[in-house]
Amino acid sequence: MNERTRLFGWILLLVTLAVVPLFLHSARWIDFLEMTLFVAVLGQGWNILAGYGGQYSFGHALFFGTGAYIQALLQVKFGFSPWFAMWFAISGGALVGAFVGYLSFRYGLRGSYFALITLAFAEAFLVLSRSLKSITEGGQGVQLSLNQDPEQAIATFQFNFAGPFLSEYGFYYTIFIILLLAYGLTAWMERSRFGAQLVAVRENEDAAKALGINAFKVKMGAICLSAGITATCGVYYVQKFLFIEPGIAFGPAKSVEALFAPIIGGLGTVLGPLLGSLFIHGVGEMTKATIGQALGGRPGVDLILFGIILILVLAFLPRGLVGLLEAIWKRLTGGRNA
Amino acid sequence: MLEVRGINKTFGGLKAVTNANLSVSEGKIVSLIGPNGAGKTTLFAMISGFLKSDSGSVIFNRTDITGKPPHWICQQGLVRTFQVVQPFTSLTVRENIAVGAHTRIAGRKQALAHAADVAKLVGMEGMLEQSAGDLTIAGRKRLELARALATEPKLLLLDEVMAGLNATEIHELLPVIRGIRDSGVTIFLIEHVMQAVMSLSDYTYVLNQGIMIAEGEPKDVTSSPEVIEAYLGHGAAARIAKMGGGNA
Repeated sequence: MNERTRLFGWILLLVTLAVVPLFLHSARWIDFLEMTLFVAVLGQGWNILAGYGGQYSFGHALFFGTGAYIQALLQVKFGFSPWFAMWFAISGGALVGAFVGYLSFRYGLRGSYFALITLAFAEAFLVLSRSLKSITEGGQGVQLSLNQDPEQAIATFQFNFAGPFLSEYGFYYTIFIILLLAYGLTAWMERSRFGAQLVAVRENEDAAKALGINAFKVKMGAICLSAGITATCGVYYVQKFLFIEPGIAFGPAKSVEALFAPIIGGLGTVLGPLLGSLFIHGVGEMTKATIGQALGGRPGVDLILFGIILILVLAFLPRGLVGLLEAIWKRLTGGRNA
Repeated sequence: MLEVRGINKTFGGLKAVTNANLSVSEGKIVSLIGPNGAGKTTLFAMISGFLKSDSGSVIFNRTDITGKPPHWICQQGLVRTFQVVQPFTSLTVRENIAVGAHTRIAGRKQALAHAADVAKLVGMEGMLEQSAGDLTIAGRKRLELARALATEPKLLLLDEVMAGLNATEIHELLPVIRGIRDSGVTIFLIEHVMQAVMSLSDYTYVLNQGIMIAEGEPKDVTSSPEVIEAYLGHGAAARIAKMGGGNA
């Protein structure tokens, strides 16, 4: 696939995503799309560190939760504007990333050891956020005060009571813009020296060092960027749901969600996490509507199916859906533009 | 250009390198030979910063680089290749070489363009878009060389670039290495293929059991009894002399 076809595909996809909700007047479907894009951004955050850098984190909830808690607490406890708080939330997430990265990479932790240390940190933050009641309100979580004044909708970053357009589409376009920024950043990275060096470190760290790459510095850059994007998802979550509690913030569910989409979609590709998220959510909704209904609306059928899909993808599509698409494209064009 | 003074390394009770001294002067091809397990690769690893020496020093271009990290040493203009080739297998040949080029070049486009130029130097211009994982051993060896060259080194350490190649491939690679030297890059190489050592090097060091046992012009060194015995065992030099040989 050459550059022009690729660019055309991207424009088509993004324009579709920008326009589609305008034709959907069902809140349920807009919500569905919002969550799809949310997971696509969450997945891209993980993908930068794991897909491009080969450092498989199993505790990305750590950065999501840090971003979410900082965003919530600065508003509730100190009366910060959400637009001001978010910069602290994002850099706070990146800072936690730098801390975990420094400890792990300084001592050369790789592979499963790195995965375990990130999981351990996420669990530690889960316990801390539950027990440090004077700061985090403990297990009951932090609730943002609801703004009911339409005039203040933008100032409070709460669109529930805003005008007709904002209340319906505000959060959709918020996550859409975050997606554009995160994906733009990833695309830029892929074409930069930093990206090339990060991939080199993933492929073979010793060879990378021999070629003049400061592997420690490159991995630190990747984890900060990755954590920053993931923390941005935390900011979005808090503004949308006006609530955060330890289990949602630091529990393993967000860590798994973050890695699921890029693995299915295609590791180390810009498109992978978005494709994976669309696929997962699409299949999830379909299963709930068909098999789930047939079984009397019992929850969890989609999860069983996800397990099966994950196994199949790992066994037959090591390069994910992106790899599958490229193979199909190659066959259609007879390999001419491959 | 490169000066190694009294360098030592032990692994547990094993003395890998003992008090080794050597110097490589600018514009030359210098080789390091010795039987398997002599400590040649260990010595290379210490020079390039992959292993810390127990004592002794490495001076490169009048700078003390002892114990500095490998990436820093590479940025100073001293680059190594690996005996066991280490390609970035999921990248193309061009992208592999560009990783080396990025050491001096920030721009992606310029690095990729430079990669194509370097590929030409080692005769890989026809394989630019091929995946590095699909290359033959000879191709991988060339790629290893190209990647190192792309960092624009002043001194190139080659660890057995000929190993695993057939006679034709060796024959093709010899002029490439000479060409690199002629372009102004000093070369220090480990080699087992004696044909290559003899025809390429201006000066040779011989390492045996971690000790430098001989040095000099290649033809003198390879006829020295001590060196023959290191390779063929005790008494071999005398037997060869009796057979009236001396052309070992």
